[in-house]
Amino acid sequence: MKLTSTTTVLRPPEEMYTFWRDLGRLPTFMVHLDEVRETGPGRSHWRASAPFGQTVEWEAATTLDEAGRRIAWRSVGDADVQNAGEVRFVPAPGSRGTEVHVTLSYDVPAGPLGRAVAKYFGEEPHQQLDDDLRRFKQVVETGEVVRSDGAPGGKRAREEFPQHPARPLSDDELAEVRS
Amino acid sequence: MKALCWTGPNSVEVQDVPDPTILNARDAIIRVTSTAICGSDLHLLDGYVPTMQKGDVMGHEPMGEVVEVGPGVDATKLRVGDRVVIPFPIACGACAACRAELYSCCENSNPNAGIAEKMFGHPVAGIFGYSHLTGGFAGGQAEYLRVPFADVGPLVIESDLTDEQVLFLSDILPTGYMGAEMCDIQPGDIVAVWGADRSASLRWTAPGSWGPSGSSPSTIRATASTWPRPRDTPR
Repeated sequence: MKLTSTTTVLRPPEEMYTFWRDLGRLPTFMVHLDEVRETGPGRSHWRASAPFGQTVEWEAATTLDEAGRRIAWRSVGDADVQNAGEVRFVPAPGSRGTEVHVTLSYDVPAGPLGRAVAKYFGEEPHQQLDDDLRRFKQVVETGEVVRSDGAPGGKRAREEFPQHPARPLSDDELAEVRS
Repeated sequence: MKALCWTGPNSVEVQDVPDPTILNARDAIIRVTSTAICGSDLHLLDGYVPTMQKGDVMGHEPMGEVVEVGPGVDATKLRVGDRVVIPFPIACGACAACRAELYSCCENSNPNAGIAEKMFGHPVAGIFGYSHLTGGFAGGQAEYLRVPFADVGPLVIESDLTDEQVLFLSDILPTGYMGAEMCDIQPGDIVAVWGADRSASLRWTAPGSWGPSGSSPSTIRATASTWPRPRDTPR
């Protein structure tokens, strides 16, 4: 399964390259990622939430690193779901910053796990990546993921539908969102 | 606090709801001193606009006094104690649309933009009290209101004008102004305005008040020197 999405952000390509090079920032806007941490030069450990409250983890290696232009990575070892990703930074026309092109591919296995992965991404898997990049744009242009009373959880907005009513949260609800 | 909540098609109630809190660093909380009711509230009231949920606080034309600001609010733009009119669209001030002063097209202020994009074919900005398609933000027909990106949208009122003299800056006057501006009114034009609501009445009073000869609801005389045309509008 291959997902692609693009967003245009009002920031220079070099700055966006620097942002993505710190892969630990990805979980702030990518809904399924819980943690990405560097484990060595060009190596990282990824932890993602999976269906039914489970988590999957894998090691990844950076396979391409062109300053200001492109970064690519690929899972290594015996990952449950082999996957790869690439992000390209292209100057946008008209002094409009940078087009950020992201491609994610998952080698979906056969059997129950494959079915669970397919179900997790739903009927429109592209939508999830579109939303991820929308939040990425919020983070780099405004500083953080935008929250509302209806979508107080930030990056979990879509999972929350039907949402919390558009009314302020109680203390208990706030504590749950912040935990 | 007390707030006007949508409870189903053609049904609203004043209910007790929690006071708003800071959710993002550039939020402010205002104590609402006045709010208007919009003609478009009727589209929400009767259930025409999808994604309303029971308990949603309505209202997108409020003004009031700033009682709290988040740590990220630019203190040169907004401080506690400021008297402010709140524009109905929520604008981040940082995206390409906001930089072009197209604030109602803000690319960042709607956390549910993906859903709006799916239903409309394009995303829309966040709007206070205007369904979950426009973000699920609580509205201003309430005692207090959380205002995101508070150093961008709110208009600080530094004069001793009354609430009634400035409240229309939130939606009604700019909506009428935009309608008049989009008409690109030229000298000698005769303009008919459909609908006798407040925005429409401001559509004919706005150019008339700056024009040379007054106006009536059925005709407007304007000159190029007194009525700005879109291409003359500074960006």
